[in-house]
Amino acid sequence: MPAPTTQIVNVRVLLFASYADRLGLASVRVALPAVATVADALEHVRSLPGGEQIPPRPLCAVNLAHAGLDTRLVEGDEVALLPPLAGG
Amino acid sequence: MSFLSATPIDLAALIARIESPSYGGVASFLGQVRDHHDGRTVRRLEYSAYGPMAEAECARIVAEAEARWSVRVALEHRVGALEIGDVAVAVAAAGAHRDEAFAACRFVIEEVKRRVPIWKKEFYQDGAMQWVDPARVANEVTHS
Repeated sequence: MPAPTTQIVNVRVLLFASYADRLGLASVRVALPAVATVADALEHVRSLPGGEQIPPRPLCAVNLAHAGLDTRLVEGDEVALLPPLAGG
Repeated sequence: MSFLSATPIDLAALIARIESPSYGGVASFLGQVRDHHDGRTVRRLEYSAYGPMAEAECARIVAEAEARWSVRVALEHRVGALEIGDVAVAVAAAGAHRDEAFAACRFVIEEVKRRVPIWKKEFYQDGAMQWVDPARVANEVTHS
């Protein structure tokens, strides 16, 4: 195993509808350790004021496709936290 | 081709996009804005979307339907402010016979509801509004 690095991964987390209302934000820039997942980005957003109102396991997307909480993130990824869908 | 529309949906135009002399069956579905939800009177509503992902997810759903059945599918979903009775979503599926047209049409609307990142804010008669969570009957309500 290579030695751990101090690299970080910068991602953008988008918020919509009720989640955006609760945080008063439509997007958040998050810097995460190099080996990070959607769950890590979520944890950061949930630690912000109002963020505790986002459920622990919301629907998530990475780069315009649905993704699980264990999805690995790389530099520049666009993460989205999706409130319950209500189209149709 | 855009799947999200800020202007009224024209079902005839949608069907015209997929018709062909080899197709004997066209099935369509229209979702319209209801005047009630969870016992409350709805005055109007607003749809908002994660636009780029909604477009991508609609394209994937249409491609899946066209791969699974021998059909062509047209799909459009409104965004923005809608009034009662407005068409919120339209699906049309054309195939050689009715079975695949009905099946593809049903598949597409169900997958749209399940997968496409679109949200609905309802404005009620009493001045309150809320983001709709289809999984919950009684939701939090905020007064404007």
